[in-house]
Amino acid sequence: MKFREAIERIRQMMKKEFIQTLRDPHTRWLLFGPALIQMFIFGYAATMEIKHVSIAVLDQDNTQESRELLSHFAASRYFHIVKYVDRRDRLREGIDRGDFLLAVEIDSGFAQRLRNGQGASVQVIVDSSNSNTALVALGYLNEVGASFAHDYQIDLLQRIAPQLVDFVPQVTLQTRPWFNEGLLSEWYFVPGVLGNLMLILIMNLTAFAVVREREIGTLEQVMVTPIRRWEFILGKTVPFFLIGCFDATMLALIGTLWFGVPLRGHVAVLVLGVMIFLLAALGLGLLLSTLAVTQQQSMITAFFFTMPMTSLSGFGTPVSSMPLFFQRLSYFNPLRHVILILRSIFLKGVGLDVLWPNLLVMTCFALLTLIVSILRFRKSLE
Amino acid sequence: MSWTRVIAITRKEVLQIIRDPRSLLIILVIPLVQLFIFGYAVNLDVKHIPLCIYDRDGTQVSQDLLKHFQATDYFNIVHLSDNYKDVVSPIDHGVCTVAIVIPPQFSEDLRTGRANVQAILDASDSNSASIGEAYAQAIIQSYSGEVQIEWQQSHGLSAGAPNVSFEPRTWFNEDLESLADLVPGVVALVMAVVGAFLTSLTIAREWERGTMEQLISTPVGKLEIQIGKLFPYFVIGIADTAICAATAVWWFGVPFRGSWLVLFGCSMLFLVVVLSLGYFISVTAKSQLGACQMALLATFLPTFLLSGFIFPIDQMPLVVQWVSAVLPARYYVAILRNVFLKGSEIRFLAGDIVALALIAVALVVLATRSFEKRLG
Repeated sequence: MKFREAIERIRQMMKKEFIQTLRDPHTRWLLFGPALIQMFIFGYAATMEIKHVSIAVLDQDNTQESRELLSHFAASRYFHIVKYVDRRDRLREGIDRGDFLLAVEIDSGFAQRLRNGQGASVQVIVDSSNSNTALVALGYLNEVGASFAHDYQIDLLQRIAPQLVDFVPQVTLQTRPWFNEGLLSEWYFVPGVLGNLMLILIMNLTAFAVVREREIGTLEQVMVTPIRRWEFILGKTVPFFLIGCFDATMLALIGTLWFGVPLRGHVAVLVLGVMIFLLAALGLGLLLSTLAVTQQQSMITAFFFTMPMTSLSGFGTPVSSMPLFFQRLSYFNPLRHVILILRSIFLKGVGLDVLWPNLLVMTCFALLTLIVSILRFRKSLE
Repeated sequence: MSWTRVIAITRKEVLQIIRDPRSLLIILVIPLVQLFIFGYAVNLDVKHIPLCIYDRDGTQVSQDLLKHFQATDYFNIVHLSDNYKDVVSPIDHGVCTVAIVIPPQFSEDLRTGRANVQAILDASDSNSASIGEAYAQAIIQSYSGEVQIEWQQSHGLSAGAPNVSFEPRTWFNEDLESLADLVPGVVALVMAVVGAFLTSLTIAREWERGTMEQLISTPVGKLEIQIGKLFPYFVIGIADTAICAATAVWWFGVPFRGSWLVLFGCSMLFLVVVLSLGYFISVTAKSQLGACQMALLATFLPTFLLSGFIFPIDQMPLVVQWVSAVLPARYYVAILRNVFLKGSEIRFLAGDIVALALIAVALVVLATRSFEKRLG
């Protein structure tokens, strides 16, 4: 009997919460609109790949060799020659203006030095105001140089010792990208975006829902009703949990159907992982709500936590490139675990046997935040 | 327009901010936290890629090649396997991102000409995978070159290999520090957040708490409300810019090559943009949750994603590039990069500054028109 009453109270609370959230079209839109837009923007805009590097060329040698080198640039799938200039200061000005990223300057005497068997060097100016792009471009540059040197050498051998050409030792690298054969960055980012959006949406919704009642003063009214604390919390959180499930399903469908991300693992493991993560996000939201009196405070505090959480989750940069201290710190970050779980299930198709430690950590995090916030909630009311 | 009334509104807003010292502190600390994360923890230059090695050849030659992988900073050998299953499992578990497999007849092949090495990449992280591929490629090429030179010498051919080397000079960010080019983005991000997030709540809060009615019943005009409300946040935004710039330059040693005048001038312009945007959102949303979500969508994300802060704009699909053309953050980040790293003459910045100014004017007009001093 008592249990039935409790269920009834929770039901009423949930009903109120649902009505409040779904009442006006504006808020309804907020539940999935921003998530949708972000998913699409991320899917299309977020790419770390550098596919085309624009270069300008100053060829002061103007020999067969120098033209041969330039044709290696033109043939490379990464470089795109946008300008041939005839004066050095044009290179400088173009880099300053940002017309091209890289300037190649072949001095006169290039071919002569090559023929003498001396090393021939080529001057290159790289705009490194974006250091990542610059680094990648430098890598491509070396590839072009190596392939040119190799071809030149084979040509040379062809003339002086044609019988040896077939025996020139050469090591080549065959690469096999597993799990994402086309190295598509959408496949890499989409699972991460899903985790990120869930965290921000659910954490903020939960925190705002409780704090709003406190700020407007309706929390006291709710508390004078016979509803108990845990019933209140349950009634508050279950609707957001359901909204989270709905949004996650929607985003996962967009990821697979629109962006073509394969789902190679088991759906059940995916659902389990997302649900545990949603609980962790709810717990975090509740915890924030006990720390804030106004919605502005809860928003600022949420932001204070989400920025480092996102940066240290391995979402955009791999955890293994971080210093050891931060790698260890990131074990406590539920976002890191859920992103790893999502990527592993979508792309790798691994199951519980590999992912159980991550699920365990998230479960502990969810339990801890939920328990602490329930305990703190009592205090913060008095 | 009465300045006394503007000052009165400002005073009320300042009091509200000061009474919540924790929030104020967090706002001033957020840029520092973000800078320290980018300075110490997150590095866009992928290094120490965890590597797994399976040497099926097991000769002096293959060991020689592997030494090249040991010697570099780019890879971190974390696992040595002795069977194929032992290669698959670390990749499945995410223990290593790249696995190098040397085939059994490697040294044999090399003696007679061409030899292959296989690299298996965990491309579920496509970024690290392609960077790892490039590093591995470079190592293999340099090894291949060395082997060729030795071979030529042993065959009595000219020892001087026709070697082409590039002498790169990196301009603007000589040490290729990712922090140096992230600082402009961090400044823009923080300003967008402080500007639009905080202001988006100011009007929405009055509606939600019902104090808007009181405000409307006073003789204060709508322009006075706008200026009075936004001024304190303008000051906070400038303070945040100063904190960011000072920490970046004096703590992290990021170069500063432009003029402080341009930095603060353009920062003020950008603040006007984000404050107006936040104000507009706040007037339209009327609830704090809605305002906060919309502000997130309108400022934080575009600044993070489409401004060229992390992801280079010229590599995006054309449609996305067009979208980014109307984003104020894009111009602001470009100006800041210039001010910090390039220090080029102001005429190179003119286009960006004009674009930012046009957006500012448009948004101020939009914000001013949106607010009606009326209930309902």
